[in-house]
Amino acid sequence: MRRVAVVRFPGSNCDADTLDAARDAGSDAYYVWHRDVDLNQADVVILPGGFSYGDYLRSGAIARFSPVMEAVTAHARAGGPVLGICNGFQILCEAGLLPGALMRNAGLRFLSRPVQVRVETLDTPFTSAYRRGETLVLPVAHGDGRYVADERTTAELEAEGRVVLRYVGDNPNGSTQGIAGVCSAGRNVVGIMPHPERRAAAAVGGTDGARVFFSLEAAHATQHTGDVRAVGGHHPGLC
Amino acid sequence: MMPAYRVEIRVMPRASLLDPQGQAVNHALHALGFADVGDVRVGKHLVLQVNAKTPDDAASRARAMCDRLLANPVTEDYELLVETA
Repeated sequence: MRRVAVVRFPGSNCDADTLDAARDAGSDAYYVWHRDVDLNQADVVILPGGFSYGDYLRSGAIARFSPVMEAVTAHARAGGPVLGICNGFQILCEAGLLPGALMRNAGLRFLSRPVQVRVETLDTPFTSAYRRGETLVLPVAHGDGRYVADERTTAELEAEGRVVLRYVGDNPNGSTQGIAGVCSAGRNVVGIMPHPERRAAAAVGGTDGARVFFSLEAAHATQHTGDVRAVGGHHPGLC
Repeated sequence: MMPAYRVEIRVMPRASLLDPQGQAVNHALHALGFADVGDVRVGKHLVLQVNAKTPDDAASRARAMCDRLLANPVTEDYELLVETA
């Protein structure tokens, strides 16, 4: 059982669904307040969706300076798994833990609807339980979801297989190359715009998101057998 | 006591990036008959009061603020102007 810290910022609103989804997958999930400086021995950190600090200045720009972010950064630098969902993805980009930025949707409208995304890599702690190339239906709910990075960064992400999810069918927000999620060079930090926690039970319309949370439990089992974390954090793939 | 300076900061979306807000404003202006409008881009204007020894000090502090928080280096450029408050 992994200890999963769900960080709450003022304005987070997907924290409860995220906590439930992690618990349903068997994790020992609990909340951490953004002013806390300690992650309470977390194995995994999740930054949930919402509108931290009212999206003032830029989405995630102020949350990244919350006291808790120092511990989140240290956890990430040590190879610990970190998942940012929607506003959490925006915060991770603002914090420099993921490359690029999320800008206003090309169509300007706030989008709240299901989209199709393809799983592009299984080599992250949050996608190992999927099949490569599998298409999922997951909801998006964002105004600033257009992923942007310079050409060199985008080419690097593609070459290194660091695009985690990609929109298929239509590109709802004008993201560069339909990017819906990326991971860090160490592959332990993942940011995605769609909301897996909102499709983690049949009763809420589907289970396509549930394996994000099962993946991190499965990764835990693998880490225990190999004790991979002790040799530098980047576990050599579960695909 | 250190003098106060008024620092005006203009933050603009980088020219190479799509600015949908600017496009929407452009369309609205055309719809109103302002056919003479070409490109439109929308940015942010911040006005800060900064206490510093000299105008140069105020400018360098303001630049540090832009680099850390006020502008996103991936998507935005900024310019600043320092005046005696």
